[in-house]
Amino acid sequence: MSLEDLYREVILDHYRSPRNKGHLDSPAAVAQGVNPLCGDEITIELGFDGDRVSEIAVDGQGCSISQASASMMTEAIKGKSRAEIETLTRRFRDMMSLDGEADLELDPERPGAVLGDLEALQGVRKYPVRIKCASLGWNVLLEALGNGQRASS
Amino acid sequence: MVIDLSHLKADFPVLSNGVHFLDSGASSQKPIPVLEAMDRFAKTSYANVHRGAYKLSVAATDAYEAARGRVAGFIGATDPREVIFTRGTTTSLNTVAFGWGLEHLGPGDRILATEIEHHANLVPWQMVAKRTGATLDHVPMSDDFRLDLDAYEQKLGPDVKVVAVTGMSNVLGIMPPVRKISDLAHRHGARVVVDAAQLVPHSPIDVVELGADFVAFSAHKMLGPTGIGVLWGRMDALEATEPFEGGGEMISDVTLFEATWADIPHRFEAGTPPIIEAVGLHAAIDYLESIGMEEVLQHDRELTGIALQQLSDLPGLKVQGPLDLEARGGVISMTMDGVHAHDLATILDDEDVAVRAGHHCAKPLMRRLGVAATARASFYVYSTEEDIDALVKALRRASDLFGVGT
Repeated sequence: MSLEDLYREVILDHYRSPRNKGHLDSPAAVAQGVNPLCGDEITIELGFDGDRVSEIAVDGQGCSISQASASMMTEAIKGKSRAEIETLTRRFRDMMSLDGEADLELDPERPGAVLGDLEALQGVRKYPVRIKCASLGWNVLLEALGNGQRASS
Repeated sequence: MVIDLSHLKADFPVLSNGVHFLDSGASSQKPIPVLEAMDRFAKTSYANVHRGAYKLSVAATDAYEAARGRVAGFIGATDPREVIFTRGTTTSLNTVAFGWGLEHLGPGDRILATEIEHHANLVPWQMVAKRTGATLDHVPMSDDFRLDLDAYEQKLGPDVKVVAVTGMSNVLGIMPPVRKISDLAHRHGARVVVDAAQLVPHSPIDVVELGADFVAFSAHKMLGPTGIGVLWGRMDALEATEPFEGGGEMISDVTLFEATWADIPHRFEAGTPPIIEAVGLHAAIDYLESIGMEEVLQHDRELTGIALQQLSDLPGLKVQGPLDLEARGGVISMTMDGVHAHDLATILDDEDVAVRAGHHCAKPLMRRLGVAATARASFYVYSTEEDIDALVKALRRASDLFGVGT
């Protein structure tokens, strides 16, 4: 595992040009999370269409991993139902856990087919201190959906 | 040519695996003589202090009190009783804030801290301000990364009861003119509390010359062990301070309803103190003095000069601190355009360069600097020019990886 696996171009791209950045006009749900140890901050605003997340905006500041992960997450969950988001979250957490390789359910033949750009974050699990960076946006998302714990880790 | 201390590196086993350890500002490595002194003491002379009438306890008490005397000599204290052993700088500063502050502060009084303080010399004062009704004010940093002394003079007044200032910033590396700050404060009858966690390990110090009322520092940043620090107070300042913790060792007499205090310094050392650690601190001071504190400072400063020179060539890199060496120690905080400090630290770690990334327990200063975090390289006696070369090489890799300046 080398640094180039951690800092893949797609991650740097999301870091430099975060998707769905900003705020919604009238969000139905808002949550904010910080990592007090490193100061990373992420705010997520959601809009719903029935059971589906129809709108999402993210704002924040922090390292490339936390911000890129949140940016990728917004793309992955937009239009998804709560149940689908739960599945995605579980897969993302599996991907972040050190021993989760067997459960990843990723398709090595078709990179990106399951988790999209998020699969580029696989390298993070080799850098345990950075896992909390990648997870911050997801924790905030769960809080915004009303079924998470406090997002501050 | 840098003062050559490269022969010392062999005394620090942890450095033998090739790590370029540039995080001594957070905590220093420990040389073999310190580790051996603690080991020897624990194996031959250990018992609790100030208690038993048996020989081991007497030996341990002698060693503990010898450490107190050694510290006093090292910092120029005129009386070893002015040296109080604590758990570290944070406990020392809390002892002053609560032990002195709760006694002497009230509504209408002002506490004057600075914008550049470590949380340890800021948060206790916030807590004490809340409890006493005193207000908290701050000396600003000027744009040249120095404390704004004009603003300081203007903020001083008869209502200022205490000035809390760092002896050396753990972020900027600057060494504020504590003597001048103290003299001005004393004209208004204010006490001066110095967070010397960075200063004492890296500079000769004479607490009488420094002019402050309280000086706090930790052993673990000066080649000694964790778990022990020092609060030095001028005797009249300590006499005006109430114990912050109650318990064993700190009393003269106790009834079911009240207690009287032991003499200074013991009234400030409740409970079993860090005894083995005191022996370690003693050995650390011996080690530092065998080098010479002037040499330690000079060595840090020469390395800082070399590093600042080399860093100036790097694209997008900003040093968050003065570029001149005047009144400056071996701490360099950096930001790189487009690369967050944590990414910098991860990339540097990949090259075995250990730096601290984050807010350095100085969040108000980060806001003042307009950054979320910095990466910080800090030097000590075992640091070498090779460490700086490795740092610069790793920073170049970071700027390449993130495409800085392209």
